[in-house]
Amino acid sequence: MIPRPDPSQETLVLNMGPQHPSTHGVLRVVLRLDGEYVLEAHPVIGYGHRMHELMGEVRTSSGFYANVGRMDYGGALSFGHGHVLAVEKLAGIEVPPRAEYIRVITTEMNRIASHLLWFGAFLLDLGAFTPILYSFDDREFILDLLEHVTGARLTFSYHRIGGVARDLDDKFIEGTRVFLRRMRERLDVYDKLVTGNVIFRKRAEGVGVIDKDTVLKYGATGPVARGSGLAYDIRRVEPYSVYPDLEFEIPTATEGDSFARYRVRLAEIEQCLRIVEQALDRLPDGPVQAKVPKKVKLGPGDAYQAVEAARGELDYYLVGDGSDVPYRMKIRPPSFSNLSLLGEVCQGVLLSDLVTIMGSLDLVIPEIDR
Amino acid sequence: MIRYFQEIFSGLWSLLVGMRLTARMAVAPTITTHYPFDTLEITPNFRGHIDLVINPKTARDKCIVCMMCQRACPSGCISLKGEKPEGAKKKVLTEYHLDFTKCSLCGNCVETCPVNALEYSRDYQLAGFSRHEFHFDLVDRFRQRAREQGLDPKVGDLTPPPPKPPKPAATETAPDASGSTDG
Repeated sequence: MIPRPDPSQETLVLNMGPQHPSTHGVLRVVLRLDGEYVLEAHPVIGYGHRMHELMGEVRTSSGFYANVGRMDYGGALSFGHGHVLAVEKLAGIEVPPRAEYIRVITTEMNRIASHLLWFGAFLLDLGAFTPILYSFDDREFILDLLEHVTGARLTFSYHRIGGVARDLDDKFIEGTRVFLRRMRERLDVYDKLVTGNVIFRKRAEGVGVIDKDTVLKYGATGPVARGSGLAYDIRRVEPYSVYPDLEFEIPTATEGDSFARYRVRLAEIEQCLRIVEQALDRLPDGPVQAKVPKKVKLGPGDAYQAVEAARGELDYYLVGDGSDVPYRMKIRPPSFSNLSLLGEVCQGVLLSDLVTIMGSLDLVIPEIDR
Repeated sequence: MIRYFQEIFSGLWSLLVGMRLTARMAVAPTITTHYPFDTLEITPNFRGHIDLVINPKTARDKCIVCMMCQRACPSGCISLKGEKPEGAKKKVLTEYHLDFTKCSLCGNCVETCPVNALEYSRDYQLAGFSRHEFHFDLVDRFRQRAREQGLDPKVGDLTPPPPKPPKPAATETAPDASGSTDG
């Protein structure tokens, strides 16, 4: 139930959002406050609902390329990866190995960009203005590289059924190698600037503790689950693409507070760099696009594909009836579950800590609303 | 008590470390581009809205009016028309409208085109005062762009194609000759 003003009680009902600067888009959180303490927090979602699932059911699979980037503007490539993998599974299409490596390289670069975006926005929520300038500098570097290969900065539409839209060229590969070296130095800069900072530590440590049970109860995934000690990463739990061939660790932290989630994400950037480095070294030659029939017939049958997006587990469930338009498309975005535990975690915290908690969940609202 | 002061000291130290970094970055070279005065070079792979490819030799478009792009477009923002001039085998493109208000820049049209008649434009300064400004007439744009390149645009030209160079007389008269022998 959304809290209603009640004159008999000395509490205040406050709308945080849908245009509040620290709510990352059109998320409305209705709060019942006692002074500065939050008694209840109810996220109200749906302001950005655009029926992406339905659009998937009236368009051919190739018509859905553009939609994936509109769901998660931060990590569009993971969404595209999940979509094409599900379609390929249902249609029985083999992907050339080079294309699969390219998908992994670009997706991991996009994951770094997404974490950098979160890093800047999270600290901006806490009142630290400078870090966003540093992280956006690095993020621009990635986006320039990705723009060079995909043609767009955020809405990439890069994955194609049976491959990718464009082959990697030397400029991208060299640029990525430069970026790998540069980013390792920059992580040190972030550590010095933010991780040790006493103000940040006081505001993040012990704030918004999410224990393992809450994570399991609400189905939270991604860095939120890993920050609570659950080493749950789809890339290892249900391996897909070429991830089984690559060496990387799943960073976890046990505290479950905002600081733990912060540490997990920064450690993930490091692991992404490792993945990209290995994938670049192993990048095989060959075509980047398999021979795909003009009409990709789906089914009859169903296919389910889970991928690890930047914010957690992303699932695509496709049901095909033998035509080239899916009969049903279900998307399970990670942020939806991650947001749902907000009400439980926020009871009794300070209003300013609520901003920290919401920031540490790394919410992307278009992905929740779809 | 000692711990209290330790905390103050380490806290201040952490701030100093950050400040030192900020000071170092303050004298580092600027990374931003001052946009209206400086612009970045756009990558040749930039995926803007579509444009018709100009064939520099004939100053014509390459379109064969097969409607593949129209069918491939998930948003239905492309509409085109073609006419068959008298005596010609192929259709000639006369109208090509792109409703950019609906376009989501997926690039399906360019990829599906069998004759590579479409290309991505590199326009990125796309802002307007009304939505009608985003109904692009690509044939019109083609004419403008061709004139900028110093060509005389011949898009939508319905004049019958120039008569083909006369074939050698032997092959031309062969059927008549064979008919006459039969009769």
